[in-house]
Amino acid sequence: MYVEKGQVVTPGELLAQGDYYPDLNTFRNGELVYSTMMGIFDFRGNRLSVVPLKHCYIPFVGDLVIGKIVDIGMSGWTVDINSPYPALLPATETASRERGPRRESQRLFAIGDLVKAKVLAFDRTRDPLLTLRDRGLGKVTQGRMIRISPSKIPRLIGKEGSMINMLKKETACSIAVGHNGIVLISCESQQSEEVAFKVIRKIGREAHTHGLTDRVFEIIKKELKGEKVVKREDT
Amino acid sequence: MKKLSKEKIPERLIDDNGIRLDGRRPEELRPTKLQVGILENADGSAYIEQGKNKIMVGVYGPREIHPKHMVLADRAAIRCRYRMAPFSTEERKNPAPSRREIEISKVIRESLEPSVMSEYYPRTVIDVFIEALQCDGGTRCAGIVAASLALADAGISMKELVSACSAGKVDGQIVLDLFDLEDKYGQADLPVAMMPNLNAVTLIQMDGNLSRQEFEKALEMAMEGCRQIRNLQAEALKKRYQTRLEVEKPEGVSEGAK
Repeated sequence: MYVEKGQVVTPGELLAQGDYYPDLNTFRNGELVYSTMMGIFDFRGNRLSVVPLKHCYIPFVGDLVIGKIVDIGMSGWTVDINSPYPALLPATETASRERGPRRESQRLFAIGDLVKAKVLAFDRTRDPLLTLRDRGLGKVTQGRMIRISPSKIPRLIGKEGSMINMLKKETACSIAVGHNGIVLISCESQQSEEVAFKVIRKIGREAHTHGLTDRVFEIIKKELKGEKVVKREDT
Repeated sequence: MKKLSKEKIPERLIDDNGIRLDGRRPEELRPTKLQVGILENADGSAYIEQGKNKIMVGVYGPREIHPKHMVLADRAAIRCRYRMAPFSTEERKNPAPSRREIEISKVIRESLEPSVMSEYYPRTVIDVFIEALQCDGGTRCAGIVAASLALADAGISMKELVSACSAGKVDGQIVLDLFDLEDKYGQADLPVAMMPNLNAVTLIQMDGNLSRQEFEKALEMAMEGCRQIRNLQAEALKKRYQTRLEVEKPEGVSEGAK
C-alpha cells in the first residue's frame, strides 16, 4: 500500500500493489489499484475504497429524497431530485385515495411544490421511480431548505446516526435529511433554526475533518446558551 | 487592408547559449500556475496560467441530456467547447466559432474521453467549456490540463488525470513547450496528451517536419513534460481542499430550490 488511511488522493493516484480488491471509486489495472476520484482513502481488510469529497447524486433504492415537482403528466409527476436523472412519481404511488385523471393529480401537487419521497426503483437504464407510501412522506409545507453536497450526507448522519441524533436533540428541530443533498429543518424557535442552519452548513464544508461531532456540539451549546430548548417528538 | 500592428519576426529563436526568446532552456516548461474550483456556479472548474496563456474551464454534469437524441444508452456523452475570447490575441478574434476552434474542441474531447469513466453515468451528458482568455501558443495542451482538473473537481470518476504538453523543433533544435513565436516560426510542433500513471497517450498531433530520430526525441521530451505537469495537477487538486479547511467561507443565505 502506498497511501495511508485518511489521506487525500486524486484520480489516477496509485493506491496499492498486490492482492487487493478494488471497492468504491477505485479500479484495478493488473497488479495495481488506482483511485478514480478526489477523495479520502480508506480500506477494510484488502478492500480499498475512496470516499469522495464531491460527487453527484445517483439514486439508490430506499433513499429518502427531497425534490421539486417540475412537470405534471397523465399518470404522475416529474420530480427534480438534484441528480442527473429526473425522477417519476406515479399517481398510484401517492398515499392519497384519489387516483386517476390529470385534473385530480394536478390538485395534489402543483409545479414548484416540494415533496419528501422515497426511491422505489432505479437501475440506471430507466429513470428512478419515487413513492410516497411511507410514514412522514408527502408534500413539504413548512421549514427551511439547505442544499449541501450529496457526498457530505453520510457525515451529516454520522456513524449510526450519531451526528443527526445529536443535532435533533440539542436544537430540538425536526430535521429531514434527503440523500440527494437537500436537508429540511423546521424548528420551534427562530434562534435554534438559525443555529441548526449554521451547523449543517458547517458540516457540509468540513465533512472531511476529524472530531467534527464534538466541535458542532460545542457550537450549539455556546449559541443556544440560556435558550430554553423545547423538546418534542421527531416527525 | 493594412495591418495595424506589425509583429516583429525574430531572426533567431535560440541564441548561442541555447537560451530561447523567453529566457528558457530547451527542455524547460513555462512557469505554470494551476487553480481548482474557481467558479461557484459550475460543478467543477479550473484555471491555468502557463506563460502568457490564461485559460478558464468550467464543467457541468453529469446532467440530463438535451437534445434527447444525443443520449447514449450505455454511457455519458461528453461535449466539449473550446473558445477563444475576442481579446485573447494581438488582433481581435472574430467571436464566431472558427474552423480551428471546432477542430480543437473535437481533439480535446477525444483526448479526455479515455480518462472519464463515462459508463458510470449512462444517458447523461458531461459538458466541458474551455475559454481561452489570453493565448500564447500551446493552448490546446493547456486547455486539456485545466479541463482534466475541472472534471476531477466536479467529482466525476476518472481513470487518471490527463496531462498535456507540446514539444517541437525550433532553429533545428528539439525544445519543450513551444510558445506562440516558436510555434509560428519554428519547424515543427508536436502536442501530446497522456495519462502519465497509465502510460497511455490520448492525443498526438504534429505539424511541420521531423525526422524519425527527432520525432522520437520530441515525443520523449513531451511525455516528460506531461509527467511534470501531472505533479502540478495533483498538487493543485489537493491544495483546494487544504485551503478549504483553513479559510472559513462567510455564511450564505438560505437557498431555495433550483
